[in-house]
Amino acid sequence: MNNTDIGSPILNISIFAAFVLVTLVVVLRASRNNKTAADYYAAGRSFTGPQNGTAIAGDYLSAASFLGICGAIAINGYDGFLYSIGFLVAWLVALLLVAELMRNTGKFTMADVLSFRLRQRPVRLAAATTTLAVCFFYLLAQMAGAGGLVSLLLGIDDTVGQSIVVAVVGALMILYVLVGGMKGTTWVQIIKAVLLIAGAFVMTVWVLALHGFNLSELLGAAASVAGEDVLNPGRQYGVSDISRIDFVSLALALVLGTAGLPHVLMRFYTVPTAREARRSVVWAIWLIGAFYLFTLVLGYGAGALIGADTITSAPGGVNSAAPLLAFELGGPLLLGFISAVAFATILAVVAGLTITAAASFSHDVYASVIKKGNPGPGGEVKVARITVVVIGLLAIVGGIGVQGQNIAFLVALAFAVAASANLPTIIYSLFWRRFTTQGALWSMWGGLAAAIILIAFSGVVSGSETSMIPGVDFSWFPLNNPGIISIPLGFLLGWLGTVLSSRKEDPAIAAEMEVRSLTGHGAEKATSH
Amino acid sequence: MSNDARAASRIDFEKVEASPPFHDLKKRHRAFVWPLTGAFLVWYFAYVLLASYAPDFMATPVWGNINIGLLLGLGQFVTTFAITTWYVSFANRRLDPLAAEIRADLEAQEGVAR
Repeated sequence: MNNTDIGSPILNISIFAAFVLVTLVVVLRASRNNKTAADYYAAGRSFTGPQNGTAIAGDYLSAASFLGICGAIAINGYDGFLYSIGFLVAWLVALLLVAELMRNTGKFTMADVLSFRLRQRPVRLAAATTTLAVCFFYLLAQMAGAGGLVSLLLGIDDTVGQSIVVAVVGALMILYVLVGGMKGTTWVQIIKAVLLIAGAFVMTVWVLALHGFNLSELLGAAASVAGEDVLNPGRQYGVSDISRIDFVSLALALVLGTAGLPHVLMRFYTVPTAREARRSVVWAIWLIGAFYLFTLVLGYGAGALIGADTITSAPGGVNSAAPLLAFELGGPLLLGFISAVAFATILAVVAGLTITAAASFSHDVYASVIKKGNPGPGGEVKVARITVVVIGLLAIVGGIGVQGQNIAFLVALAFAVAASANLPTIIYSLFWRRFTTQGALWSMWGGLAAAIILIAFSGVVSGSETSMIPGVDFSWFPLNNPGIISIPLGFLLGWLGTVLSSRKEDPAIAAEMEVRSLTGHGAEKATSH
Repeated sequence: MSNDARAASRIDFEKVEASPPFHDLKKRHRAFVWPLTGAFLVWYFAYVLLASYAPDFMATPVWGNINIGLLLGLGQFVTTFAITTWYVSFANRRLDPLAAEIRADLEAQEGVAR
């Protein structure tokens, strides 16, 4: 199938342009009150739980999870579904162990909480490094996805054209984050989440209606096209013993990574209280859960109505399942809508990552480490804005550089780093009084290094035809997902570093952190204008 | 050098931490979240391991084309939604009122200290 005969690129671009126009107006209106750091990083802590929960869903349901999971279910059936379950169950870790306690003890960034009762500069530096690493991997994956979408949706196949579109997406994102700060970014995510979930809902009802609202009939139709095994686990991950262990490793990173993703954690500071942080997560869980149930129907629907062969041979490959299904159901108009939402998704997720990375650099590295806590009036926000531009430009250059590269593993790597380097220190800081600076540093640096080194020497980087660097082979790590080694290592190093510490931390501050985390005493209040 | 997320306070937090109401709050919180976290992680990994190592069992048809694997997968959604609802109702009933009480007490203490 030639990409020019599905849908109309002009219609797709027009709908996306309308989205950009509407969100730009909203961002400009929202940016009027961006004066202080609390306004710029945390939207003045003025969002409600339901608003923030919707924004979290908008942040979390990236193009990878929408297009990727639909495609994975269409091609690999049950194994794609298995993937989405890890992404959902992970939210319970955030709900039960992290969200409210983080909200009560931090101000803007993850490092605020981790360094609360430990030595400031080394802990902040380590936490900022892991934050930037996670944001960078995630950002690159999103930008690479943008290129693939361009060829599918806009009919642009040449490298120059794709690069221009990546640059336009990047420039728009810089504009949003620069002008709108966290408030503008949040509204973009809310609007996008509503459009995405509504669009997926309509398509889900449509697919079910075509199969008499009978899930069994839909599954039967998918199985008759692709073979009985799409309904059973194992098509993708059950190939060998190594692939099974690899899947368990991935499952571990997914379920423990979410609560350590810095751009998710930062969203908890945009609400006024811990109770609203809890409501945020509850809304996020319902929206994300509903969405993944939709993708189950959409994935099998695409498998049944379009067929795996047509999907894999279409431009964009696996990612084209959802757009092709939209075209099959609702013609060019629905395809245009879904395409525009997919672009909006990339824009919103990239914006959320950029503001997180910028906040971490200016608040943790610039203000606390370089300026030793005295950045001067307005200095921090100014540095944050400069960082936004720098990260945006890096994302554009990186996004153009990785076009056509097989870097789908980067999202899984971001989750593995979050679970290995961030989560152990977060959990120990919040729940283990004896935890020390040395434990935090060993866990963060060790977890980060382990995840990256194992990936660098795995088959995804070298050693096979589908590797990032084909033709050379320096791989010795048999798995594609480092989590099963690096996550226990992160926890172990945190414990070991603590019990081997000669220096004890101040018990008064540990007591203060514990009291504040559970009662919300002294927590940052909403700013009023 | 101090953490700028930590406002200066004259409250003796070690005393607060040792006080019976706070001790009670901490116990209630931890006695709820940790066993539940353990339970959902065990249930999740049991499911992942079944899907990885017992695909034939998961493929057992139950009704039409719906097999055990799909039902267990949907079961993960159900338990996630159920745990969420349970925790919120627990926190609203058993944690929030006690936390608000201790917080009000701390704010009163701070008022006196100033």
